[in-house]
Amino acid sequence: MSRLRLYQISVVTAFVLLLEALCLAGVIDKVTMPPPHIILGDLARMVLARRYFAEIGKSLANVLLAFTSAYLIGVVAGTILHGNKRVREILDPLFATYYAIPVFAFYPLFIVIFGLGDGPQVLIGFMLAIVAVIVTTLNGLDRVPSVLKKTARVNGLNALQTTRYITLPFCAPYLLTAAKLALAYAFIGVIGSEFIMARSGMGYEISYAYTNFDNATMYPLILLILLLSIAANSLLSRWERILLARRGQN
Amino acid sequence: MRREASATFRNTVILIVGLLLFWELAYLIVGQVALRSPWQTIQFLGKLMQTDLFWLHLADTLKAFGVALVIAVALGLLIGFGLGLHRLSGDAMEPMLVALYSIPKITLYPIILLAFGIGISAKIAFGAIHGIIPVALFTLNAVRTIKPILIKTGNVMKLNSTAMAREILFPAAVPEIFTGIRVGFSLTLIGTVLGEMFAAQRGLGYLLMNAISLYNIDLIMSVTFLLVLIAASVNMVLLAIDRRLHHG
Repeated sequence: MSRLRLYQISVVTAFVLLLEALCLAGVIDKVTMPPPHIILGDLARMVLARRYFAEIGKSLANVLLAFTSAYLIGVVAGTILHGNKRVREILDPLFATYYAIPVFAFYPLFIVIFGLGDGPQVLIGFMLAIVAVIVTTLNGLDRVPSVLKKTARVNGLNALQTTRYITLPFCAPYLLTAAKLALAYAFIGVIGSEFIMARSGMGYEISYAYTNFDNATMYPLILLILLLSIAANSLLSRWERILLARRGQN
Repeated sequence: MRREASATFRNTVILIVGLLLFWELAYLIVGQVALRSPWQTIQFLGKLMQTDLFWLHLADTLKAFGVALVIAVALGLLIGFGLGLHRLSGDAMEPMLVALYSIPKITLYPIILLAFGIGISAKIAFGAIHGIIPVALFTLNAVRTIKPILIKTGNVMKLNSTAMAREILFPAAVPEIFTGIRVGFSLTLIGTVLGEMFAAQRGLGYLLMNAISLYNIDLIMSVTFLLVLIAASVNMVLLAIDRRLHHG
């Protein structure tokens, strides 16, 4: 385990040092990218001065809205579909092809319908996230062992009790995986839409800084978004591993 | 097997009819202000296809996409095989690749634009970084899960590393690698179009964004429809090959 960690840390360190060296040597010129230590300094200054906090808060609120709605509706829809084989079979080709479709291509259409506001951005995040939640929920429900279901019947549990004591505990890791995917997709959808066309938000600020050659703002913001999404992803992945490891021991 | 295929076909037809009905219904509710009906969209697409300008944009998108896909598959295979054959590297790099996979890559686009300048090479680079990771991840897992007995057999037969790769590793890993290429195909296309939607002067993505400022709903709907049609139909073909490779 620690050898793995060491390997990972050295890969990241080597990459950053390489960038630093290339920037300092002038292979990567200043207009393209400032050296990493300057980006870090800019980021620290930005956070200390509380600059862009309103923009960051707005983006994260939209991500949260897209995530929550996609997650709740996705889990409920997945549960309903699980009990409805006919409809599920019809929707299967859609699920199989869904992530091959450029969902962002719908963004211009949504702008025309709903206007250039938060609505289209949240909707893109929602659309990207929901199918992952439905498919993962279905996957979890499919794997509930029939012996557990039989045990529930033998003990005379009603539907609510079966959900509470059998289905939910068994599906917990899947629900967590669904949350992880939904959060990543909601993030990609909202930030991506802001970036393409918007009036505010972190993605918008990055594209604005790009248009104005403002590297001192653009690079720290990019770094911040990368750090946020990687942190969220690794936290949820770790939690997922703990749940799965516990299951392995039982 | 045959009955299963006809059931899938029937379900797909029902699904498509359902989606078209949903579209028509949405059109009837929202109206001509912001939507077009399926039939109007197809008619406009037909008209659009008679203009030279459309083919110029389409050709630009396809060219960028094709080059990006070749780069994504080549680099993805290289990374996947390299990491898959070395236990520690594979274990250490896999979670990092997964984390990279889940970041909003669009935020990296300005960096690519600064490095390559606005034009086809930036689009190619952006499309390729979308496709590399899935190809690498699937290849990595394919190589790692090859049955040890196959590799032992190769060792017993004293195959050198080229023969080992060609005769044993590659054939055993092909179905999984194909899945990776299928996912990589879709993501490279998404990446290419996404790149065109920001700071491009050509391509279908540019056409789409340009249509917003012109408030040309016909154009928006027919280009979106075309993109969905291309992405979905190619993916269905690849999915069918994929399933055959896994079960055949």
